[in-house]
Amino acid sequence: MTSPVVRVSGLHKSFGDLEVLKGIDMDINSGEVVVVFGRSGSGKSTFLRCINFLEEPDQGTVEVAGISVAAGLPTRHRRKEIRRLRTRCGMVFQQFNLFPQMTVLDNVMEGPLRVKGESAAEVRDLSMQLLADVGMADKADQHPIRLSGGQQQRVAIARALAMRPDVMLFDEPTSALDPELIHEVLAVMKRLADTHSTTMVVVTHEMGFAREVANRMCFFHEGVILEQGTPEQMFGSPQRAETKKFLDAVI
Amino acid sequence: MPDSSTREAVPHQRHGLAQSIEAASLAIPFRVKVAAVWAVIFALLAFAFFRSGFDIQWMIDKTPAIVRGVWVTILFSVIAITAATFLALLGALGRISKNPIAYGISGFYTSFFRGTPLIVQLFLWYLALPQLAIGLLPEPYASWFIWPAQVAGVVGIAFNYGAYMTEIFRSGIEAVPHGQTEAADALGMSYGQRMRRVILPQAARIVIPPTGNEFIAMIKDTALIGLLGTTILWADPFRVAQLTGKADFRNLEALIIAAIVYWGLTAIFSFFQRKLEARMSKGYVRTAVKAG
Repeated sequence: MTSPVVRVSGLHKSFGDLEVLKGIDMDINSGEVVVVFGRSGSGKSTFLRCINFLEEPDQGTVEVAGISVAAGLPTRHRRKEIRRLRTRCGMVFQQFNLFPQMTVLDNVMEGPLRVKGESAAEVRDLSMQLLADVGMADKADQHPIRLSGGQQQRVAIARALAMRPDVMLFDEPTSALDPELIHEVLAVMKRLADTHSTTMVVVTHEMGFAREVANRMCFFHEGVILEQGTPEQMFGSPQRAETKKFLDAVI
Repeated sequence: MPDSSTREAVPHQRHGLAQSIEAASLAIPFRVKVAAVWAVIFALLAFAFFRSGFDIQWMIDKTPAIVRGVWVTILFSVIAITAATFLALLGALGRISKNPIAYGISGFYTSFFRGTPLIVQLFLWYLALPQLAIGLLPEPYASWFIWPAQVAGVVGIAFNYGAYMTEIFRSGIEAVPHGQTEAADALGMSYGQRMRRVILPQAARIVIPPTGNEFIAMIKDTALIGLLGTTILWADPFRVAQLTGKADFRNLEALIIAAIVYWGLTAIFSFFQRKLEARMSKGYVRTAVKAG
């Protein structure tokens, strides 16, 4: 890949008087796994949610797979471009947010079938394959309420992958899980990175996962990327006092 | 302190009879006692009716004619609830819309139709709308708005109930967790897809029980349509009772029959309503078990 899959430039976002993002720039290359970390309130989740415009930035531009959308008014054209950009991003939420009225398989099929309008037979094959990849094929006909949190999150990952996105966005994917269920979700994410070279942006407190899987770690502090580098650099010799303080506290 | 001790002492001073009555009463289940109270109420009413020269034979003769009107009630109610559901859906989408036109129209709709008496609205549709149409429109268009009493009545009830149900639907839609909207948006769904595929199916579960209550209330309010005027073919139980009762000076008998007919009808639908509610509250677990 010559040009980055995701280009974020000059991202600003305020909630009322509180400026949460103070000018974020980030390029993400194909196959790169970026772990975004920092204290709560540092803007890391807001940054992730701005990439697919679940949060509207006040200033700045986001480009995903060549689709570029700038901050601005929700005109018809811009809303359409945002929807187009979203189909290239897979999103995994802290609270899973599976559709409770649909079976597991229907959850996974919903995006490609309804949004992309692909043929049902193809989508079914792809979806079953993805469910097998995350170890949930045997639950295809179940409803989400019958599944554990870890199982629901794995289905949610399959649902996001079904759109064959150019980048996967993970918003604290293990924060709502019981401790014994965290590893099964992290294992699926690690496999995505290792065997499928999926481009990923992961907001997480799981520093073990970051050390093992991340290509790059970005430390968010008070709305800016205070420091970034490889896990070796970040864990071995953090340059900023805040980074060191945070890492010492969470490890 | 001394006060309460004297109070407690009282039962011990009672006679054996009072005590054994209390003991016997405690042995009877609450439901049995309530049934007894109902039985006494019915007995008193029956006594009052017969003392006042209640004509039971007249009642037996006229009951079929009055009961026949039930079909009018059911037909009007079913048409009106269908139309009201459609209006409420549009109204609710308007109430949550960021579009000022949709928001404004739905706001006017719920404010006016919930803020004025139903009976006034029925006469507006029946008598005032034709006057407006004749004043504004050339023929033949004006006559499109001159409706029979039944049409004006059903339309009036549908718009009135639609306004109340708008608020039910709006709160049902808002009760769907925000994460569902985000998940739909993240997949790139349009507004229509998000509503149809994700939000409304979940809101439906929430709004079906209160909508059932509206339907039961509506069954009773269809009796108002008769006040606009009617033909024998389209007379509901109340209207038939009113006409036959007046003709034979048997108002008490006739209206009692009509009241019982509505009462029975709402009791039947309340029964199904409770069944439905119990089913809905079991939620998705039930279907999941079936599928698995």
